[in-house]
Amino acid sequence: MSIKGTDIVKKLPEGGKKNCRECGLPTCFAFAMKLASGGISLDKCPYISPQVKAELADALAPPINLVTIGHGENALQIGNEEVLYRHEKTFIHQPGIALLVSDEETEASIERKINKVRELRFDRVGLTLKADLLALYFESGDKSKFEALVRRAYEATDLGVVLISDDLDALFEARDIYASRKPLIYPITEENIDRAIPRIKQSPTPVGVRAETVEQLVPLTLKLKEAGIEEIVLDPGSGNLREAIAAQTLLRRAALKQKFRPLGYPTIALPCFMTKGELKEFVAASVFIIKYAGIIVISNADQYSLLPLLVQRLNIYTDPRMPLAVEEKVYEINEPNEQSPVLLTTNWSLTYFIVSSETEASKVPSWLCVKNSEGLGVVTAWAAGKFSADTIEPFIKRCGIEAKVNHRRLVIPGKVARIRGELEEAMSGWEVIVGPREASDIPAFLPELVKKWK
Amino acid sequence: MIYHPPIEVYAGRVREVVLGRGNKALKIGGENILPLHLFEGSVANPPRFALEVYDVEPADWPDWLLEPFGEVVSDPVNWARKCVNDFGAEAICLQLESTDPAGEAVSAEQAAALVKKVNDALDVPLIVYGTGDEKADVRVLSKVAEVCDSENLLLGPLLKENYEEIGKVALEHGHSVIAQSPVDINLMKELNIKLCKSFPANKIVIDPVSSGLGYGMEYSFTIIERAKQLAVIFKDGMMQMPIIANLGGECWKTKEAKAGREQGILWEAITATSLLLAGANILVLRHPESYKLVKEIVSG
Repeated sequence: MSIKGTDIVKKLPEGGKKNCRECGLPTCFAFAMKLASGGISLDKCPYISPQVKAELADALAPPINLVTIGHGENALQIGNEEVLYRHEKTFIHQPGIALLVSDEETEASIERKINKVRELRFDRVGLTLKADLLALYFESGDKSKFEALVRRAYEATDLGVVLISDDLDALFEARDIYASRKPLIYPITEENIDRAIPRIKQSPTPVGVRAETVEQLVPLTLKLKEAGIEEIVLDPGSGNLREAIAAQTLLRRAALKQKFRPLGYPTIALPCFMTKGELKEFVAASVFIIKYAGIIVISNADQYSLLPLLVQRLNIYTDPRMPLAVEEKVYEINEPNEQSPVLLTTNWSLTYFIVSSETEASKVPSWLCVKNSEGLGVVTAWAAGKFSADTIEPFIKRCGIEAKVNHRRLVIPGKVARIRGELEEAMSGWEVIVGPREASDIPAFLPELVKKWK
Repeated sequence: MIYHPPIEVYAGRVREVVLGRGNKALKIGGENILPLHLFEGSVANPPRFALEVYDVEPADWPDWLLEPFGEVVSDPVNWARKCVNDFGAEAICLQLESTDPAGEAVSAEQAAALVKKVNDALDVPLIVYGTGDEKADVRVLSKVAEVCDSENLLLGPLLKENYEEIGKVALEHGHSVIAQSPVDINLMKELNIKLCKSFPANKIVIDPVSSGLGYGMEYSFTIIERAKQLAVIFKDGMMQMPIIANLGGECWKTKEAKAGREQGILWEAITATSLLLAGANILVLRHPESYKLVKEIVSG
């Protein structure tokens, strides 16, 4: 939030000293603090003047509006971002990846794309990664073709859509087909905005605004806001990536640092129209994942192009304050018994998922002791002092593995081979074995180890 | 409402470091803006790109990674030449994998002789990475420094355990060095401070350890981004060294990169683009195609 509780209280009735308790809180100060944290509505104060109320409502609104595209479980939320750099807090709403489908494409191509966007799913660290939207593009000049494309997508999938048409009639006819599912209509420009506003108001839906520069977006969003339209997505019309980085950065800064309301909306980027050359388009898209786009439209989505982008998006939008981590405990793999090997690793989700899947692939029944390293990988956890002998020893004690096995042999990750000595010293009775440096070598390592023991 | 572009002016400047000497000198760093913020100033030196060469023939590379190089993968000198002549590499990064004490454990003398041969064959600067084994690297990199006297190679990694020994020899023989710390901003700064006591700051490049996409890339990304902000916004002299992202090997060891040609190339290109946007000044890539893609992205 952009205003502090201590500043709000001064604006409340009698300078915040009325303390009537009608809002349900003991003091005006408590009410102000709760307002600042977003925990209560301004309407709870019966004595606040309309003028102050409007002023506070504006100050309390998030600096970048939230926009929802699509409906139901496929609804995509973008906006409400609070920082320029992920280390300042975290990025919040992942950009939606939209797959462009033109009405000029062949039947087969259209069908293939719609199926792709529906079916391409990737499981990673316990999450499912997928594309979010279709971008339906009126390119042919033949309205009946575009209408057919829109109807087809509408019937085939309940994914959200971006409707792209320079022809306003075609755009609003498509909007009407999709009216119940909150499509994003694009582009609204200086040239068509006055004709578009009355038609948008007939059946409100998010609006994508395009101008040639950041500055030229301002009068357009002001007009829309005046008409009561606030679900807006911005396209600063960048012709190349340098301009795009500049525009996206200036937009984010204007919204967050200057609290400049007319630019406080999420953005859309269209690498599909910026570059020629198939791989280059996806590298361009990767720039927008980092540089602030709310929606990124790409012209093709195959496993090879979509997976790297989705993984990059997952990486960049992971909350740096809370690395993805799994629970500290002993995991059973392939039904281990009292003779099975005991492996040790850290609790970063990625580490856990790789080590456990490779161990599973080895077919050797094993105990995997996952130590809490606050979500750090093996080497970084070691460097940060969270994976050293003095912390591992008590963990092995408390995790209960000693009661599950009749041997005392512990396999540690090869990357921390150097702690072997101190670990054997700290854990009397235990033999410490250095495992492979890479998890991919576990399926070769474990069977050999077990054979040696026999 | 009037829009005033929120342009910022920065107090700090990254040091300029020269790699190589004479005709082959290449400058990196020197910027006083955030990465690719060309709307706020200009940069003396754009991000630079090196291609990797190994001193042993790769054993487990997929076909699409071997294919561009053909037969030269068994010949580091010609491999390096090919990277420069055919793929336009601005620098070569020679990875001395054969010196790994747990592997072939090639002698320091032999490794140094190869480095000299490669360096003599090139008209671009040479970066030399040891295996990261703190003891072996002291022997190997010291010998390399001596044999390639005054060539101003970029040698690394210098770790907190061995920076003094390698740094001393590197300085004596006129080389620049890479200070490496494992994805931790405080350890990075601590190493820089210690190293600077006996080594000129304008001959140091920092390596925060690059992780591949999906394998901790976000940690490398954020450390680089923070280091760059400390250098440029907060004018922290002990963070104003240019940054190297040695990412080729990290990307190509993933199963995703090994799964298919296009996916592998994008895996590397997107990792590189991410670290570039974070603030890397020189990037080490493996595949000529991803190298080309990322260079094109930077030039507009």
